[in-house]
Amino acid sequence: MLAYTSRRLLMLVPVLFGMTVITFSIIHLIPGNPAQTILGETATEEAISNLEETMGLNRNYFIQYTAYVGDLLQGDLGTSLRTKASITTEIGPRLAATMELTFFAMIFAVFIGINAGIISAWKQNSWFDFLAMVFALVGVSMPVFWLALMEQWLFAQELGWLPAYGRQESRNPIDPITHFYVIDSILHMDMKQLITTLKHLVLPSIALGTIPMAIIARMTRSSMLEVMKSDYVRTIRAKGSGQFLVIYKHALKNSIIPVLTVIGLQVGVLLGGAILTETIFSWPGIGRYVYEAINYRDYPVIQSGILVIAFLFVIINLVVDLLYAFIDPRIKY
Amino acid sequence: MSEPILTVQDLHTHFFTDNKEVPAVDGVSIDLHKGEVVGIVGESGCGKSVTSLSIMQLVPNPPGKIVNGNIYFKGKNLTDASEKQMRKIRGNEISMIFQEPMTSLDPLFTIGNQLIEAIRIHQKVSKKQAKSSAIELLNLVGIPRASEVVDEFPHQLSGGMRQRVMIAMAMSCDPEVLIADEPTTALDVTIQAQILDLMRKLNKEKQTSILLITHDLGVVAEMCDRVVVMYSGKVVEEGTVREILKDPKHPYTKGLIRSLPNIKATDQKLYSIPGTVMRPSLDQVGCRFAPRCDYAFDRCWEENPELLEQDTGRQVRCFLYEKEIERGVPSNDRTYS
Repeated sequence: MLAYTSRRLLMLVPVLFGMTVITFSIIHLIPGNPAQTILGETATEEAISNLEETMGLNRNYFIQYTAYVGDLLQGDLGTSLRTKASITTEIGPRLAATMELTFFAMIFAVFIGINAGIISAWKQNSWFDFLAMVFALVGVSMPVFWLALMEQWLFAQELGWLPAYGRQESRNPIDPITHFYVIDSILHMDMKQLITTLKHLVLPSIALGTIPMAIIARMTRSSMLEVMKSDYVRTIRAKGSGQFLVIYKHALKNSIIPVLTVIGLQVGVLLGGAILTETIFSWPGIGRYVYEAINYRDYPVIQSGILVIAFLFVIINLVVDLLYAFIDPRIKY
Repeated sequence: MSEPILTVQDLHTHFFTDNKEVPAVDGVSIDLHKGEVVGIVGESGCGKSVTSLSIMQLVPNPPGKIVNGNIYFKGKNLTDASEKQMRKIRGNEISMIFQEPMTSLDPLFTIGNQLIEAIRIHQKVSKKQAKSSAIELLNLVGIPRASEVVDEFPHQLSGGMRQRVMIAMAMSCDPEVLIADEPTTALDVTIQAQILDLMRKLNKEKQTSILLITHDLGVVAEMCDRVVVMYSGKVVEEGTVREILKDPKHPYTKGLIRSLPNIKATDQKLYSIPGTVMRPSLDQVGCRFAPRCDYAFDRCWEENPELLEQDTGRQVRCFLYEKEIERGVPSNDRTYS
């Protein structure tokens, strides 16, 4: 396990190198002169050469790249062209917002998805199986923005149970410590704030979690059905064990690997910033941050946003790979 | 002879596929006495495994279902037993080992975990006690370094070792009946002999009755007291191992014995029964073996032969012996012995 983990960690090095090369290249792949494009057509020669100077665009690529990676290693993602603020400080709270939302969306998706999949496989061809799978199909096919709007209409506007926008009430803002508001309100020991925060999380989590939930449910079901037919499940039943032990101990563990793969990919996708959901729910996450940067041609922010998202994706995949080996003792590559 | 411990009576297990009903087991009756080893012999697809799964009530349903017949175990009818009652019997009073040792153990749990589970389902013992009996069981079935193997995973063991683990698991609660579904088929010959010895030993020492399902007549000769020959879901012949091997009556049994390689006749081409097992069907008329039988005559295609029984308990399902058995004449047909 230790050897496997260290091997897997070593494999990160070339991946991270590739990632930085690609994000570094973004700015140089802009057609024509990057500084000209960033500043617009009306920019003066002087302004352009000033920008080139501050961004270091006039030096050679190797030096530029080394400087870029050097800054990254020190946690410096550069400066936003629009706000002139440090991207590292800007991106932190947004990342926290996205991670918090992703976490709750995935809790919802994994819990319901896996259980629905298990029960569907257990009671194959029953009415539950049928309903769950129709629901899963609808879930996969439904556009997120439509679901989000319907949620807002029903639960916020018509019923008034839950807030429709934002992470917190603007008239009573939280004093951020970690920028994970759930954790922050626990740290402040503010029960009221905690409830408000959770209430704000419900609708976007459901909107964001529905597609992963449907995929997880279908994956769990088919994987379980496969395992239930296996010889060792027959052995376990021949030992006289009950259905519960068969399903929740043996069949679930054996069928979880493909499900885990899907969960990993979905977490990666959600962390990449769900621009639609974040826009509809005014969620100040990383998706919206990058989206706005694209609108303003704020290249350093785009670069950093992509880098951070890619980095998270790599980390999630690393975790999934380590979990594989933890679950299945045969995996040691 | 005493009351049999396990009686299968006129068992019909059918499989329901797309608008078709396949009688995989079609009226099979078998008795198993205490301490006895009974072999069920036949080609692949003749219903041997389905018979054994029916006894355990483990036929995959759907598509399979026991549609008729009774299975008595110590006087209790298992076909009426609830799932809960069956769970108390499975692995405890009737155990089973399977053909594929490579895939019959859960790859994600240690040998110990799976043995302890088998013990703790039926016995109220602590995990620690269960672990020490697991090690004891592994020693009993001849696994070296049992105290280490207990913490290993199935993929770290060879096929023969895994089958020993399966046997240890099956013996964990001292069952009265052990059903062994082709326990040696997937193993190489030397390991085969070891596994058979092990089963023999358990049978002798613990008086465990064994229902041995196999297609290997060599295994039958080695192990069994009595033999039931099955063909296409029906019993075609039954007798003691000596009777069956020395004096086979049914053309199918004769064919099976002829198909064994003979060390003396090296210059001859090895015999094989022409054709393959017919898929059983409900609207089948006539003897199911007729299409492959050298002796088949008109009647074989029109009527289904009944199972004829001699006083000695010898049974055969073939028109050829109708007169002979009515007259009570013992057969001297020893052509193929």
